[in-house]
Amino acid sequence: MTSKLTFAAILMAATAISGTAAAKTFVYCSEGSPEGFDPGLYTAGTTFDAAAHTVYNRLLEFKPGTTETVPGLAESWDISEDGLEYTFHLRPGVKFQTTDFFTPTRDLNADDVLFSFERQWQDDHPWHQYVAGASWEYFNGMGFPDLIESIEKVDDMTVRFTLKRREAPFLANLAMPFSSIVSREYADQLEAAGNEQLMNQQPLGTGPFEFVAYQTDAVIRYRAHEDFWNGEQAIDDLVFSITPDASVRYQKLQAGECHLMPYPNAADVEAMKSHPDLKVMEQEGLNVAYLAYNTTQAPFDNVQVRKALNMAINKEAIVDAVFQGQATPAKNPIPPTMWSYNEEIEDDPYDPEAARQMLEEAGVTDLSMKIWAMPVSRPYMLNARRAAELIQSDFAEIGVDVEIVSYEWAEYLDRSRAEDRDGAVMLGWTGDNGDPDNFLHTLLGCDAVGGNNRAQWCNEEFEDLVVQAKQVTDQEERAELYRQAQEVFKQEAPWATLVHSLSIVPMRKEVEGFVQSPLGDFAFEGVDLVE
Amino acid sequence: MLRFFLGRLAVLIPTFIGVSIVAFTFIRILPGDPVMLMSGERVMSPERYAELNQQLGFDRPLWVQYFDFLGGVLTGDLGNSIVTKRPVLNEFFTLFPATLELSLCAIILAVLIGVPLGIIAAVRRGSWLDQSIMGAALVGYSMPIFWWGLLLIILFSGILQWTPVSGRISLLYYFPPVTGFMLVDSLLSGQEGAFRSAVSHLVLPSIVLATIPLAVIARQTRSAMLEVLGEDYVRTARSKGLPPRRVIGLHALRNALIPVITTIGLQVGVLIAGAILTETIFSWPGIGKWMVDSVFRRDYAVVQGGLLLIAGLIMLVNLLVDVLYGLINPRIRH
Repeated sequence: MTSKLTFAAILMAATAISGTAAAKTFVYCSEGSPEGFDPGLYTAGTTFDAAAHTVYNRLLEFKPGTTETVPGLAESWDISEDGLEYTFHLRPGVKFQTTDFFTPTRDLNADDVLFSFERQWQDDHPWHQYVAGASWEYFNGMGFPDLIESIEKVDDMTVRFTLKRREAPFLANLAMPFSSIVSREYADQLEAAGNEQLMNQQPLGTGPFEFVAYQTDAVIRYRAHEDFWNGEQAIDDLVFSITPDASVRYQKLQAGECHLMPYPNAADVEAMKSHPDLKVMEQEGLNVAYLAYNTTQAPFDNVQVRKALNMAINKEAIVDAVFQGQATPAKNPIPPTMWSYNEEIEDDPYDPEAARQMLEEAGVTDLSMKIWAMPVSRPYMLNARRAAELIQSDFAEIGVDVEIVSYEWAEYLDRSRAEDRDGAVMLGWTGDNGDPDNFLHTLLGCDAVGGNNRAQWCNEEFEDLVVQAKQVTDQEERAELYRQAQEVFKQEAPWATLVHSLSIVPMRKEVEGFVQSPLGDFAFEGVDLVE
Repeated sequence: MLRFFLGRLAVLIPTFIGVSIVAFTFIRILPGDPVMLMSGERVMSPERYAELNQQLGFDRPLWVQYFDFLGGVLTGDLGNSIVTKRPVLNEFFTLFPATLELSLCAIILAVLIGVPLGIIAAVRRGSWLDQSIMGAALVGYSMPIFWWGLLLIILFSGILQWTPVSGRISLLYYFPPVTGFMLVDSLLSGQEGAFRSAVSHLVLPSIVLATIPLAVIARQTRSAMLEVLGEDYVRTARSKGLPPRRVIGLHALRNALIPVITTIGLQVGVLIAGAILTETIFSWPGIGKWMVDSVFRRDYAVVQGGLLLIAGLIMLVNLLVDVLYGLINPRIRH
């Protein structure tokens, strides 16, 4: 049986099941298994693709293809003068999914919203530990327990969040997967039956697709949600065919066994682009790879030295050798797809001769240093050892001797935080919520020294700008502050910004309506198959 | 025979305790803190770190954690995965049938092809046939599984389109698992073509997983046969005019099979190791990949529980081999 026949058979079967003439099944060859189906419990993108973007919605959503937030289950919201009270007006008539395991008797209301957050927030909430070891990692990681003063139900369709301090990125956080709204009524039904753990195995929400079945590590099946508030889906069934190996995913895509795949091997991309049945989308990912100097240790406390080293790094060579061209050199600490990205900034030119001179002027001769290379491949840096070797040879050209060091991953993350750490650490970041604060303040703020701030860099001017930007709610005003912060960053050069890797999505030509997300999500609302 | 069996069984108890200690210690010796890994690049505050450590019980002395684990094992509770939060035992038994089905197919393939090849090579010792079989076995034995699997996929699924690329059954078929064995479940489902689809999905992974055991079994059969063919009783059998087929099939093979069965028993370990890679290439939802992922995530509960279960199964298979051994060779019983 050829694969094409198999595929035709899938379509026919889908037709037979749904009883309509043109039933469509969309198959996504996903890269791994979800950890579970309750987005509040987990932190992996694979899990969010399988649970948050299919089954659930949030009060706010990211506008497809952007990091801007738009109304979701909340139709509108008001922010009080002091910036501490957020009042959300829920969208009327939003239906929960009707499935084999649950039939809703009411539409979405404030109880669902309260339940969704309180279970993550309150230690004594009956659902706080409904699965053993539930740690609500993102809710805690984004600082919600310290931020939220109260959550109240104003009336059936209105919810008010009161914050302890002004926090502009709060709205973006409400669009993140962990803020997905679950059904209170479904939870009550599970609780009554003593089956609470099913919340994490048979998810139920208001999203574009309803959960049908999961065969562990093999296949996840969904059906289009007929009463979805944001319009009917063009496909009838959505299938995640779990395929961990990238070469095998590519084979399946070619054979027509799936329509779209994530994370191709960099080496396959050229062939994919010229394949007659395939097309490829690409976009800078919401990430950055960087080399953080320890700005508290000599000679890296001298901005001249840091600048000189930055000018010695040939970023194009890293793009070619490590990413086979599937990346762009980075000049700013935030990626170009993020709002407030400062286009005006000019990168330090690659100029070994000038770099050597600058070092001499700074009085630094015979410098030998360590470069830390991560032991693992990350989306923002596929091969840190290789990149470190390239930088090693770049630095050798200006007379700087480099020793490359590495540790086991958890050890690496831990040791690289130490304030008296030597040398420069290679690391990177993938954005959580599309807010510049999540890069600039999280990675370079003063209170992150000894933590996420691997450069141990605390600059008053920069700090003032990013803290102020966190407190004003007007987006254009915020963007201006962040643009200024990027200028300070460039002058002070606490990092060598290395690359932003491209996110590449190969798919079959018949796929229409897929929108690539700068956040790296794979969401299939609105996709279609057109022969 | 019963005493022999009970004796073997008694040896298993200290072995099992030893294995539990090794399984528990192994993952903890590896550098890498599971709580630290949970947060990745996102640095956790020291308070949050301490809280999670306490919640997961990693702040207790090691010996307390070990006895807790052992106590759990005795009551059939291997704890919950740190990552998926699901019980380790549930996950294991959801995934294990897939590995078992694949391993059984692979070992049957390896025995059905490997034993006859070994006999032919031994009987035709020194001929071109012998040399090509042994040459092929050497190549098979040294085959990098990942490369071999991809090569077969590209050839048979990509170019020739004879077999599906990966998975256990076509997405067309969906039925709830009854036994967990796709061959059985597809028959039980009564859906037309399901069984055929399951078989076609098994072909390539079985070949890949069978390759190394097949080579080992062929070589072992050959050398065991050669040894036996030189024995006095074989010469006697020949000289009293028995047909060669009967001499080889009955007198020689039965004795040659003893070391071969040991070898087959030992292949269980090789199969589990091979399953890790084979399952990854063929997107096969089994325990091999599950274990590897868990080692990388330092999912202590899964690694220690999984190792113990796998070791327990290997011990069980070895016990069966010992018993078979006793049946074939009465001398061992005494």
